[in-house]
Order: sequence, then structure tokens, then C-alpha cells
Amino acid sequence: MTPFRTRVVITSASRPLVPPHVHLRFDDLRGKWVVLAPEKVLWPDEIGADILGRCTGAATVSDIVGGLAEDYDAPAEQIAPDVLAFLQEWCDRLLLRCEETK
Amino acid sequence: MTAPTAGPAVGPPLGMLAELTHRCPLQCGYCSNPVELLKANRELDTQAWLDTFEQAADLGILQVHLSGGEPTLRKDLERLIACLDARGVYTNLITAAVTLTRDRLEAFAEAGLAHAQVSFQGACAETTERVGHYKNAHQKKRQAAAWIRELGLPLTVNAPIHKLNIHEVPDFVALALELGAERLEIANVQYYGWAYLNRAALLPDYDAVMRQVDYVEKTREELTGVLNIDFVTPDYYADYPKPCMGGWAADAFMITPDGTVLPCHAAQTITSLAFHRVGEKPLREIWENSEAFNRFRGFDWMPEPCRSCERKEIDFGGCRCQAFAMTGDAAATDPTCIKSPHHAALRDLPPEEPIRRRVVGRQSAST
Repeated sequence: MTPFRTRVVITSASRPLVPPHVHLRFDDLRGKWVVLAPEKVLWPDEIGADILGRCTGAATVSDIVGGLAEDYDAPAEQIAPDVLAFLQEWCDRLLLRCEETK
Repeated sequence: MTAPTAGPAVGPPLGMLAELTHRCPLQCGYCSNPVELLKANRELDTQAWLDTFEQAADLGILQVHLSGGEPTLRKDLERLIACLDARGVYTNLITAAVTLTRDRLEAFAEAGLAHAQVSFQGACAETTERVGHYKNAHQKKRQAAAWIRELGLPLTVNAPIHKLNIHEVPDFVALALELGAERLEIANVQYYGWAYLNRAALLPDYDAVMRQVDYVEKTREELTGVLNIDFVTPDYYADYPKPCMGGWAADAFMITPDGTVLPCHAAQTITSLAFHRVGEKPLREIWENSEAFNRFRGFDWMPEPCRSCERKEIDFGGCRCQAFAMTGDAAATDPTCIKSPHHAALRDLPPEEPIRRRVVGRQSAST
């Protein structure tokens, strides 16, 4: 029997991934980003969609924060807590999965 | 909402429930399908559904719920899923899962199915069989759920709750965890169709409902990040109505097996409204301009006390079908609201009778 799922706690070493059944795309008709998940439609803002787009399962949270800091010209240590909180919330709703660095 | 003269502004719909068939191997007395079920010869053919789904995608639909009856009895389900997936529409399969094979599920997954929801009538074999009247149903459902997980699809366990299984709510949580479900729907039966016919035998007592509410709220918190629990509360014991469908024809609609387009499941019970079928008119025309869809859109249709109620933007006036069923006036205040003069009568149930089994071809609802 497969073990029960456990709650993922996001750290800077986590490698978050938008799982295949969670669809992130730009909705041309409405002109905004949309996330489609089981029986759910969510509307992340531009930055939220950008963060989710970086959750490939390869990049660590540190990498993601670093990339965002560069692209938005903001200090990494300043945005890190917000990014972590955002990722934790999406993980808690099972819209992100995580691979821990071994 | 800004709608000075031209009626309420109509945005694109988000979701669509496609009831592909009324045929079903189960005979659950809580079913919300109409008591007069459609036989197979009334069902839309493959091309008509494909055409409808294309129109729905053009209209802006983002999610389709493939339901029934038992949608997997349609031999063309793979093709319908593939059509929706090609248009970027998210597909949810809502199945009783007692007649499924692994090969069939694999074909659905290959066609692009995004998510599968399996109903469990009980948390144990005995209850599941007693409610659905299908031998070994529980074991078959468990097997199908395991296949769904093996194929990498997310699984929802749907638990329709009523008097016969309300004591099993904690066991449903354990079952969902054991099966590796991502979502559990604790869905208190809504009393439409067969469920309305059988309501005296199905409506749990007040204390059982309150215990369940406490348990689910506590457990949902504890299982954050492990299992998403969606809770559909029983509105018969509420003080205010549910925001039925998020408002009449606000962001979703449904299509019956013969192609009738409805704002909600039970809308056909409102006998003063006329509905159109796909093929008769473009879907866009029905959604945006049909009289029935516009009848209760927005807030202008509301009489008092709803019109000046501070809750109208929370519950959108509740359920029109329930208002019609209990008061004879579809525009009346939903009787689940304490402001309705019919509120007390809501719990005056007819004498309890044995549960009538859901079967196609029943002669009359009143016998």
C-alpha cells in the first residue's frame, strides 16, 4: 500500500513543480492567467503566474527567488518570505508538488 | 453589477456540466437527476456532443464535468474527452466506476482526461451496496480508484451524505486517504429529483448534521496540504440559502442527455420556463439571450425582502428551483432563508416511505 501523503513544508532547497494535472495558461478571451485544477478555476496575478511558471521541478526555491530578484530588480532577501509563503499556500492546496534536494 | 437598460451584462461562462446519459448501473435513491429519466434513444449522438463542446469552448468554457447517469456507458467518451482537451478545456470525469476496466481508464487518460471523481455511496462495502443496489460495488470502486492513481490521474472521492451514511463521515476521510485521493467531497445530498422524492427517508436529523459540520471543519484544518476536503452543507438546516450555482446563469450551465441547455440541474422543474436544445439555437444565443437564462440573472428580478437584503451579493437569492417547489413561485424567497414565510414548513416532511430506487422508465413520480 502506498503511504499516506504528508504535508510538504517549503524550504529554500525545495524544488516545486506544477503537476501535470494542474494547467497554468493565459486565457486569451479574458486576458488573464488562469490555473485549472480538479473542479477549480483560479486566477493568479501576473507575478503569481510568473512564479508558478518557474516551478519546473528542477529549480530550487532559492533559484526561483534569485531569478525573480534579477528580473524584477528587487533584493532577494526582501522578496524571499513572500515567495515562500505563496509557494506554501499553493502546496497546501495541492496545486504544487515538491521534490526535496537529497 | 452595471446594467442600466440592456439587462444584466453577460460574461463568458466558466463551467459546464454535461450529462451525457441518464443510464446508470446504480439505483441510488439520492440521485438529483429528474424522476422522469431519459432513455438511451433520446441521447445526443457523438457529432452533436462534439459540436456542442466546440461551441462551449468558443464561448469561453474552461472546465467541463462529464457526468450522467454513468458517463462511461457512452462508448464515445474517449472522443469527447479528446475534443475538449484539444481545445484546452479541463475535463473532470464524474463516475460511479463499477463498470470500468483499466484499459478504458487508460484510453481516457490518453485522450487527455485531467481528473476523475469516483462516488462512494458508503465508506464500507455493506453501505455502498445497500445504497446503490449493485453487487460488489465497493470493491469495484476501490479497484477503479487504484487504477486512476496508477495512471497518474488526480482522484476525488465523492461521498454523497444522507441519513443512511452520515455516521460514516470519518470513515470516508480514512478511505480517501487510503486511496491516495487529493480531494474528498463531503456532499450532503441536495434535495432535487429522486432525492426530493425520497427526502423523508434521506434527510438526516439536525444533531447528526451539526456533529458532522464540527467534525469536517476540524478535520479539514488538520489535513491541510494532505487532502482537500470540499464540504457541501445541507441547506435544509441553514438560516440562509446557499449561493446556488453562484447565481442563476452567472458562470455555469448544464446540458441534459437530449441536449437541453439549463442554468442548473433542476431548472426544468420550473414549469413556467421554456428551455432550448443545442441544435435548435447556437449555444451562445442560449447563454446570452434566452429568456429563461435571463429571467433570474443579476438582481433586478428580486422581489422583497431579497431586493433590499444585505446578503443578496453573498447568496444571489439562493435556489430558484427550491423556491418554486415549495412555494409555487420561482421568484419567491428561497424557503431555506429565515426571511421566507415558508421557512418553518421546510422541515415538514411527508411520511417516511421506503426509498424509491432510481430507475429509467418509472411511470410517475407520485405513485
